[in-house]
Amino acid sequence: MTEENKKQAGAQRFGLYLGLATIAMLFTALTSAYIVRMGAGNWLFVKMPFQFWISTAIIISSSITFYFAKTSHRSGNISKYRMLVWLTFILGIAFISFQYMGWLAIAKTGIYIDGNPGGSFIYVISMVHVVHVMLGLVLLSIVAIRTSIKSYNPDHIYKIGLMATYWHFVDFLWIYLFIFFQIKFF
Amino acid sequence: MSTKDLHHGHSEQHAGAAITDHVHYQDTEGVIRFEADHGHHDSDRNKKNFIHTYIFSTDHKMIGKQFLITGIIWAIIGGGLSNIFRMQLGFPDVPLHFIGTIFGDKWAPGGKMTPDFYNMLITMHGTILVFFVLTAGLSGTFANLLIPLQIGARDMASPVLNMLSYWFFFLAGAVMFTSFFLPSGAAGVSWVFYPPLSAIRSAAVGSETGADFWLISMALFIVSSLLGGLNYITTILNLRTKGMSMSKLPLTIWALLITAILGLLSFPVLLGAAILLIFDRSMGTSFYLDKIYISGIGAMPHEGGNPILYQHLFWFLGHPEVYIVILPAFGIVSEVLAVNSRKPIFGYRAMILSMLAIAALAFFVWAHHMFVTGLNPFVGSVFVFLTLLIAIPSAIKVFNWITTIWRANIRYTPAMMFSVGFVSLFISGGLTGIFLGNSSIDIQLHDTYFIVAHFHIVMGVAAFFGMFAGVYHWFPKMYGRFMNRTIGFIHFWVTFVGSYCIFWPMHYQGMAGVPRRYYSHGAFESFNKFGALSEFITIAAIVVFLAQLLFVFNFLYSMYRGKKVTELNPWKSNTIEWTTPIHPGHGNWDGPLPEVHRGPYDYGKDGEDFIPQTVPMRPGETTHHG
Ligand code: HEM
Ligand SMILES: [Cu+2]
Repeated sequence: MTEENKKQAGAQRFGLYLGLATIAMLFTALTSAYIVRMGAGNWLFVKMPFQFWISTAIIISSSITFYFAKTSHRSGNISKYRMLVWLTFILGIAFISFQYMGWLAIAKTGIYIDGNPGGSFIYVISMVHVVHVMLGLVLLSIVAIRTSIKSYNPDHIYKIGLMATYWHFVDFLWIYLFIFFQIKFF
Repeated sequence: MSTKDLHHGHSEQHAGAAITDHVHYQDTEGVIRFEADHGHHDSDRNKKNFIHTYIFSTDHKMIGKQFLITGIIWAIIGGGLSNIFRMQLGFPDVPLHFIGTIFGDKWAPGGKMTPDFYNMLITMHGTILVFFVLTAGLSGTFANLLIPLQIGARDMASPVLNMLSYWFFFLAGAVMFTSFFLPSGAAGVSWVFYPPLSAIRSAAVGSETGADFWLISMALFIVSSLLGGLNYITTILNLRTKGMSMSKLPLTIWALLITAILGLLSFPVLLGAAILLIFDRSMGTSFYLDKIYISGIGAMPHEGGNPILYQHLFWFLGHPEVYIVILPAFGIVSEVLAVNSRKPIFGYRAMILSMLAIAALAFFVWAHHMFVTGLNPFVGSVFVFLTLLIAIPSAIKVFNWITTIWRANIRYTPAMMFSVGFVSLFISGGLTGIFLGNSSIDIQLHDTYFIVAHFHIVMGVAAFFGMFAGVYHWFPKMYGRFMNRTIGFIHFWVTFVGSYCIFWPMHYQGMAGVPRRYYSHGAFESFNKFGALSEFITIAAIVVFLAQLLFVFNFLYSMYRGKKVTELNPWKSNTIEWTTPIHPGHGNWDGPLPEVHRGPYDYGKDGEDFIPQTVPMRPGETTHHG
């Protein structure tokens, strides 16, 4: 790597962190609004449907599979990498499906998106999160396709690393939201 | 290693460069991918490929010009709108038939504009000028133009994201522009977009489809700002040339860095507020809406929401936003004052620290826009305290600017005049901020013309002055020609005197209680005495607007006919953008990147007029600024 190239690589990772910071700020805003609104009273507390527990387990396992995908790529086991990275992709889709089923389940209990804000917040915040998972899936498929080829390329490891950071971030974000939704602040 | 290698920064053979080039543009991974190589557009190809060069350019200098020219077009539109509604306030009886011709007769039957049209005008005027002109037009132009040139980089960290940032801005503008011609017109609920007016479609004409367009446009705009800001920060922190430590950065770059950080932390919050608003409008949620009864329509189905929540979210962005607007001007003015005073900027460190302090405080004062919302008076007093603290770093900056030009051998250029004018405006407008920051006084002044006077002077006009200073000063770098001096001075004096004529009288109107955002004050006996004053303000506004057309003429004329730049460093400036060729190519420097040895403000040091940053420190020489 030349000097300017190294600078560029560092810049990419740094830029990604900044991007994650903006996403974090978006959710900070939404969850602060949630707390403030809860404090104002007349709040409907939504019990998390079991589908959300399953989706949580799924997204955690997708982070684990991606972690092992990364290590197998690093150790040159491309076929294992390919299997694991697509497994991650499928788990991502499964996560979205279970979120969707979760929304249906909440609606079945009579809590619709246009009712008490206690319910609306759950729908909207989890939907905004799913949008970020979808974006992750698009990026993931691009990275997966580009890096599944046999020939070893140090640039690939680097890209997979960036992808992993994003993926773990949306995973962590959901865990945070899931716990957050179950706290009675007032 | 050859220089070509250096800026190519790639291990590939050069023969392949032209081919890989194209692959990079089609790279769909834009979001996380940062271009690893650039500077590979040799000028032949650029000439052949008009679209690459002028439209989908990834060269930061061209993107800067795109932001500038788009900003100028929006400024003409946004400024023009203000002249139309000033006619309603100053000369309500003069028929304006052109409104019907352009927007449709229903907006101005018989040439008399309707209240709905008035609301639409003030909303669009505010939105366009705050976001499209003074945010994108100002930061977008100078961050793009100056960051790589002044830190010694070939381009932005990600030229592709940079290009996307412009095109999202362009799209946001296209959506906003289209909304003017909707059957229900553009949004008409004021630039702050408060619910319930903005949240209920049937509330007013201006709350209909135009408001949806506004929200979509703003969402696109936020994406543009975030992509831009992300890139600016990354570039400044990672791609500085050898020797360019943070303590040797020109103040322009420091200002743009802090601006970008503010944007990155606050725009997502506006996006959050907008998302909730979109759901309230379209999905029937009640985030901002409680039981509401609209006459003629009946009770709305909403329940349990709180419109004040929106104000908290909005002003959490809104207050930092006003500093996003003014900080780039701080930077530009500091630079221009030092160069044209031939003196080091007074208190370089203090300038940076005060900008950091202002930026940090910006996140803890938002509720000063909400003193009359029923805020708990104790909470209010905390916000009064924090708000008044801003006066300290602001005063430090003003003091340092004045000290910089104090007893200097000033070189009068239009850029210098606008910078001095900026300091004047910032003092005048900042002082009224201290009045408003006291909640007990603000209760009287809130939502009157006093507010309009305050923020137009301190933000609107001042930021424009920063922008003008920047354009006059860096025009030679952008186009290789000078802008006409004489027209520049006329432009300055008319704008400076005229702006005070517009906004100074508004303080008196505001103190007398004249409310802002009213279509007509005719129904209030006590305000009739301001009729002549309103006429005067309107005339001044038209004159100032016409003077801006003079600027636009000067800009376009000088682009093609202006005096040519014949030396590399026409202003005898220390910063390294003046070490590039007069017409720098994509990659900026022909040879290796310049190396930096000293700070940017070594003017008049040891009897020397100026010592550029590229000149090594002499044995025993000490740093100037402390
Ligand atoms: C000494 C510093 C300043 C103080 C203490 C201050 C204080 C205030 C206060 C308390 C208000 C709210 C008034 C009301 O609505 O009742 C206000 C409004 C405003 N200020 Fe300032 N200000 C200061 C400087 C600035 C600067 C530097 C800018 C922009 C560059 C700015 C831009 C604005 C804007 C845009 C509004 C009105 C927004 C609206 O309601 O439409 N202020 N200021
Ligand atoms: Cu403020």
